[in-house]
Amino acid sequence: MAERDRPWIMRTYAGHSTAAASNALYRTNLSRGQTGLSVAFDLPTQTGFDPDHPLARGEVGKVGVPIAHLGDMRALFDGLPLDRMNTSMTINATAPWLLALYIALAEERGTPLEALRGTTQNDVVKEYLSRGTYVFPPAPSLRMTTDVVAFTVERVPKWNPINICSYHLQEAGATPVQELAYALCTAIAVLDAACARVPADRFPEVVGRISFFVNAGIRFVEEMCKLRAFTELWDRVCKERYGVTDPKMRRFRYGVQVNSLGLTEQQPENNILRIVLEMLSVTLSKDARARAVQLPAWNEALGLPRPWDQQWSLRAQQILALETDLLENPDLFEGSVVVERKTQALIDAAWAEVQLVLERGGAIAAVETGYVKQKLVESNAARLRRIESGEQIVVGVNAYTESAPSPLTQDLDEAILTVDPAVEAAQIESLKKWRGARDSDAAKRALDALREAATAGREIMEPSIAAARAGVTTGEWADALRDVYGEYRAPTGVQGAATSTGAHSDRVAELRVELQALTETLGRRPKLLVGKPGLDGHSNGAEQIAIKARDVGFDVVYEGIRVTPDDIARSALEEGVHLVGLSILSGSHLALVPDVLERLRAANVDVPVVVGGIVPSADAETLRAAGVARVYTPKDFALDAIMQDLVALVRERYAGPVDG
Amino acid sequence: MADAVAEATRAASGIRAGDRSAIASALNLCEDRRLASRDRIGALLDALRLGVQRLGHRIGLTGPPGVGKSTLAGAVARELRRRGRTVGVVAVDPSSIRSGGALLGDRARMAFDPEDGGLFVRSLATEGRAGGLSWAAPAAAAVLGAAFEVVLVETTGVGQTETDVRHLADTVALVIQPGSGDALQFLKAGIMEIPDVLVVNKSDQPQAQRAVSDLRSALATSASVGIQDADTTLVATSAESGDGVGAFVDALDAHRASIAPSLESRRHAGEVEWTVQLFERLHGSHGVAALGGRAALQTSASTALAHAAPPRVCTDLSDHFLGTLSRP
Repeated sequence: MAERDRPWIMRTYAGHSTAAASNALYRTNLSRGQTGLSVAFDLPTQTGFDPDHPLARGEVGKVGVPIAHLGDMRALFDGLPLDRMNTSMTINATAPWLLALYIALAEERGTPLEALRGTTQNDVVKEYLSRGTYVFPPAPSLRMTTDVVAFTVERVPKWNPINICSYHLQEAGATPVQELAYALCTAIAVLDAACARVPADRFPEVVGRISFFVNAGIRFVEEMCKLRAFTELWDRVCKERYGVTDPKMRRFRYGVQVNSLGLTEQQPENNILRIVLEMLSVTLSKDARARAVQLPAWNEALGLPRPWDQQWSLRAQQILALETDLLENPDLFEGSVVVERKTQALIDAAWAEVQLVLERGGAIAAVETGYVKQKLVESNAARLRRIESGEQIVVGVNAYTESAPSPLTQDLDEAILTVDPAVEAAQIESLKKWRGARDSDAAKRALDALREAATAGREIMEPSIAAARAGVTTGEWADALRDVYGEYRAPTGVQGAATSTGAHSDRVAELRVELQALTETLGRRPKLLVGKPGLDGHSNGAEQIAIKARDVGFDVVYEGIRVTPDDIARSALEEGVHLVGLSILSGSHLALVPDVLERLRAANVDVPVVVGGIVPSADAETLRAAGVARVYTPKDFALDAIMQDLVALVRERYAGPVDG
Repeated sequence: MADAVAEATRAASGIRAGDRSAIASALNLCEDRRLASRDRIGALLDALRLGVQRLGHRIGLTGPPGVGKSTLAGAVARELRRRGRTVGVVAVDPSSIRSGGALLGDRARMAFDPEDGGLFVRSLATEGRAGGLSWAAPAAAAVLGAAFEVVLVETTGVGQTETDVRHLADTVALVIQPGSGDALQFLKAGIMEIPDVLVVNKSDQPQAQRAVSDLRSALATSASVGIQDADTTLVATSAESGDGVGAFVDALDAHRASIAPSLESRRHAGEVEWTVQLFERLHGSHGVAALGGRAALQTSASTALAHAAPPRVCTDLSDHFLGTLSRP
């Protein structure tokens, strides 16, 4: 048999409920042949809140594991030898803190830091643009990112301090060119900032530690070319901008999670095929092969995947790497004229966009002005329009929608994992115990030292590790830094986004006429409040609804992510809206929606409320019983149909003569 | 009609008492453009003129897009609240020409304490009106002015033609950012009206110092050639960090104090303009000409405003005009 390449690292993005439950899950996954860990943290941990904070309500343990202090970190890695793990942590704004907890755990176990391998995602730029778990303003965030870089290069040399994410840019709608360009601009912003923080002779090592986290969509030929283009562009940046001479330090190292955005709620079993095809784009070409791959599960558009669902995706990786002859071959596309031409076209277009952003002051400035966000929102609107018009085929969604009954989804509500709501209360209880048992003076001193370091502009990794040892909690750590750096609200990107969703659509034209007529009947234009309660930052849905509603003629109030039920009730009253739409993708709808309804009632606002999100059908029933007028899920991809519904709701409710 | 008056009296006392539902309903009414609602709006604004008037302070915040007006409005509102004053905000955004709809995004940039009862923010869409305001803006400002000590009106920021806010505000602040050479040119050329307070926002940017000194010399020039009739205060702020916001509020207060003697006549002039604009919207230049031209209309409005608020005065003028049409 020919000599085989070593397989890539196989991971599954996992974590939920509690540290102990997640630990059990990791052990099972490893026993099934997974070769690396990928820790999913819950939203309070990602956004720096303790489980007892009002904003954490309904979110504890939902989309990941809650880690509030060193005790939770101990439980998460109980029995797992840190020197033999390759641990990827999807953590950004609070990355310095979670790494500090991991390091404090290694220290108390006597594991040398030099032996730790893994990755902190630590890319805050894409949080402002897409994922939404930012906390601090861009400038201090970038500073903290470079603190992690400088610390790990010195002390934890095998750690990847940052994973520049083009992944979430694609999820937010980026075209391949935009994905390449904006990820490179982020890397440039980080490296420019890191330049000043390490001695010149160590800088090539810093460049060598930068890794990327990439997305792979269903157009897998183009996606493969995208990764070949990435490899070349990165080499160019390292050589030309930073003068790195050692080719090893210029190597484009990336991990991948294949696309979740394209997974469908309709005929969800088809998703496993999409996932496999998408995996091909990051594995087929040896010259541009991923170092680590994690696959989503087939049922992600329905809810949280169960262990079996994740196993199915892992098996797909194992079959490709171990059964097929892929790893016996050199690069399959060397000399391919077609691949070469496609790759070059992507390189040229992406490089031009990079120059454009750099001329506008670089990635951070382009975030602050909303330039990049607006580009992404526009691209996503165009993508949705192509699907809606049938120009872009999605099997089971806008073509071949008829299906025999699927044995996999016969009992839909059993086909997903649900997190026990009691987890939140238990977590709050255990946090209280933790606070009660620690030396509170030591914790306070550690927080003071952290605050002092941040105020003085010193690095914060050392004081964070000391705080981890002293029993400080995630919320306390983040609050101390909020005191110094302030909090940030990123541009929503919807304000200036170009109107392009409708002139050609008859339905849009009809809706405009109808809304104009309603405006005259009601005396003022129907007004919609789009609210995104909770900590979930995935704002695509809310943004697209806001833009579409404006385009059919609603007045739309959109306040961006992370608003509380109180904020929503207040805005609904002050703005005099006719309709409230809530978007929740984190699965916390059963906690948040009734809360919003109650506060609206308390504020004397009696308007129809609609909900969009990943809502299992039983939950949808519960929400309707609680008074929600409509529930929309990922299968409601046709925005025109949703708009028609909203207009009908306004007409039914307010067609009377007096508008209050 | 009697019903409308009774309803308006109830509403007005609710508004004065700070009842948030009453304020919200009144603002809904102000936006209502049905003919049938005209009497209710007139009655409401008349009712608000009765009794003890809250003089307060009406501030207009204008300036080109992207300079951070909303963020600054939020920072000013928070600073005013810190100083113990209640605040109503009217934030105006442009309506889409194609669909008529609008994205009202200003709230997103104003972070407030959701429990704070001393603050109220209402977004309005322009609905096709040029000049940076919405038709409902003056009425909305009157409602909020009856409930809160300070009313902050933020314009759309479409350019140098935003002159309408001058008729509505006691103090107009123009916000620009470093590097906005156009604004400087417009000011110098007299195309852009010189504001009472000139704000250079984003003062943490590197070119900020330069912008401030350029503006200072431009103002000195315009003063020396007599374009300018009052002292314009220049302040530098960073709405993000909060730097300079205190000084900005001081400057707003100082201007308000300096015009105290003429406040009544200024507001009267603003109401005359509001009345005439409402009339022009209903009947166009034909209507204006039929009542003797703009100057004559201003004189009639000015007299009538002694007894009623602009919406009712406009209705009376309108009836009068329609009467001239039915004459043989």
